Amino acid sequence: MATVIFYILGFTALAATAMCITRRNPVHAVIYLVNAFFALALIFYLLGAPLVAAWEIIIYAGAIMVLFLFIIMMLELAPTEELRGPGWLRWGPVVLLGAVLLGCTLLLVVAQPMAGTGDPAYYATPRDFGYALFERYALAVQIVSFQLLFAAVGAYYVGRVERGRR
Amino acid sequence: MIVPMAHILAFSAALFIMGLSCVLARRNLIMILIGVEIMLNAVGLTLVGASALWHSVDGQIFVIFLMAMTSAEVAISLAMVVYLSRRRGTITANDFDGMKG
Repeated sequence: MATVIFYILGFTALAATAMCITRRNPVHAVIYLVNAFFALALIFYLLGAPLVAAWEIIIYAGAIMVLFLFIIMMLELAPTEELRGPGWLRWGPVVLLGAVLLGCTLLLVVAQPMAGTGDPAYYATPRDFGYALFERYALAVQIVSFQLLFAAVGAYYVGRVERGRR
Repeated sequence: MIVPMAHILAFSAALFIMGLSCVLARRNLIMILIGVEIMLNAVGLTLVGASALWHSVDGQIFVIFLMAMTSAEVAISLAMVVYLSRRRGTITANDFDGMKG
């Protein structure tokens, strides 16, 4: 049952991502990407990571994508990605490169399949997760908090409005 | 483990290469950042799959650090997009091909 749901969600996420990267309107792209993130969060839950699934929804779909949406609306970007020349001229080399890379990766994966079936399902409870995070990785948590502080200060510095300009 | 690890790796590779092609083919700065987001999510999927494969919680913890890094990166880069758009009035990547010291 869970296996079937995994494949359905996987194809949903791939289709939503494919729609996302080909839209010309950035708002539509963001909405499709939020759909892909919902599918990905359910996949995380199926793989035994409920806390990561919740954070995928909260941080990615709830915070980061809404930030993208706000910026797109703030800049008042019309769907004006220019169309100079035919579209295949831009996508052709990229699709070729992607096909080669994906083909090589899939060949590697097929050549050495990692045996993972048959194990009992793994489930990391939030309690285990929190103990491991704050016991073994306490220093890393503090470094990450510094990083977020510096990012906030840097974003404010870059985005400030100078006095003479406006 | 509900599916073989190879399928998770293949799915993650497909997502990663979609994000890579988005970064390479689009000219809009916002769409380039969205491609980077897709690639980081593919890496997170690999980490969660490996965490389930080896029955260890470390992979999921690294996904949390990845998310924190992504938040910082998105904050800085969107601020730069706003700055560039205020300066030049466009966010097409081809218009930002020169450096002035």
